[in-house]
Amino acid sequence: MTRETASQTAGPYLHIGLLPAAAGLTAAGDEIVAAPVGTVAVGQPIAFRAAIVDGMGAPVTDALVELWQIDGAGHGLWRRSACDGDGHVRFETVRPAALPGQAPHLTLWIVARGIGLPLQTRAYFDDASENNDDPVLARVPAARRKTLMAHRNDDAWTMNIALQGADETVFFNI
Amino acid sequence: MTDVFTGRLTPRADGLHPPPLAPAYRSTALRSPRHAPIRMPSTTTEETGPVFGHDMIAPLDHDLTANFGSGGAIGEQVFVMGHLRDEGGRPIAGALIEVWQANAGGRYRHARDGYLAPLDPGFGGCGRCLTDDAGAYSFRTIRPGAYPWPNGGNDWRPAHIHFSVFGHAFGQRLVTQMYFEGDPHIALCPIVQSIPDPAAIDRLIARLDMGATVPFDARAYRFDITLRGLSATPFGAGA
Repeated sequence: MTRETASQTAGPYLHIGLLPAAAGLTAAGDEIVAAPVGTVAVGQPIAFRAAIVDGMGAPVTDALVELWQIDGAGHGLWRRSACDGDGHVRFETVRPAALPGQAPHLTLWIVARGIGLPLQTRAYFDDASENNDDPVLARVPAARRKTLMAHRNDDAWTMNIALQGADETVFFNI
Repeated sequence: MTDVFTGRLTPRADGLHPPPLAPAYRSTALRSPRHAPIRMPSTTTEETGPVFGHDMIAPLDHDLTANFGSGGAIGEQVFVMGHLRDEGGRPIAGALIEVWQANAGGRYRHARDGYLAPLDPGFGGCGRCLTDDAGAYSFRTIRPGAYPWPNGGNDWRPAHIHFSVFGHAFGQRLVTQMYFEGDPHIALCPIVQSIPDPAAIDRLIARLDMGATVPFDARAYRFDITLRGLSATPFGAGA
């Protein structure tokens, strides 16, 4: 069996390849590549915002995050967004339904300079009663489960993602 | 609970990928989690993934020498081509591959790249395509230049092309970099050498393929990509 190709960091210039329009790669007024868009989403519209910080608590301004989830009707939904100058990444999406046996969740895939293998984590909704029975959360030490919880704020569901440090976010090796 | 962990994705092999902390690559110091990631067999979430259609791909997206300016790109003309397969050797068709790279002088068209090499008005530096029914892909581009980067004081990246690859499951998602056969900077690069397995490094090095080279036009380099296996039956359910 040939094993998986080895991972390498996406580096500091990932926007060129992954969000070229936002990176200003236009020529003669034409965008050469537009970021792919997901399917039309069904469900309650929500905004989700994550603040990414490094081991010194400094915002990670050059990360890119991909979101994978189901919508309210169970259809797959994918989004991609880059961090802003405050280290925040924001998605306009819908609240997901619950997959059988799992609590509603968002999968987050994070790449950046200094990250050799993408970091994968989940965001759960802190008001969901299904969280108590979620088998993935059950694998996480109780004291660290809070790092996977998104909280409702005025304008968005929000979550802190600490790559390192006392409140380091839980990441998964799936 | 046993039904949730269907485990259809092959578990990731230990020692194949760069560790979170690779001290010689200094950017990892504050961006590497100190806790080991929580292991779990895959669930439906990781065994499904987005689908991209041909309607998202413009005719010149695969040709980096033509998709930005009208005058062509400066540099050595090359095709970069290969096959996308899973760990069982099965071709992965209809998969989105995105690439980005520096120009022939080693300069990225990016606001944060201030290297002294000039921008090429004919070169943007990104491309994308979908694999065909045999899992094959091909880009036309120019060989990127090596460039210095702030790390150890005198570190130069080997010429490389960044790859982003989707499979059919989100858990197969891969980002990597492709290098060129014979480049002496491969052995000197802290990012390349953060990969513990020399054989895994070797598979990131594209080989000159004279059979696919087009005479009096462009040379071909071959780079095959392997994604994690996705089985119809579980590998390690409940493990």
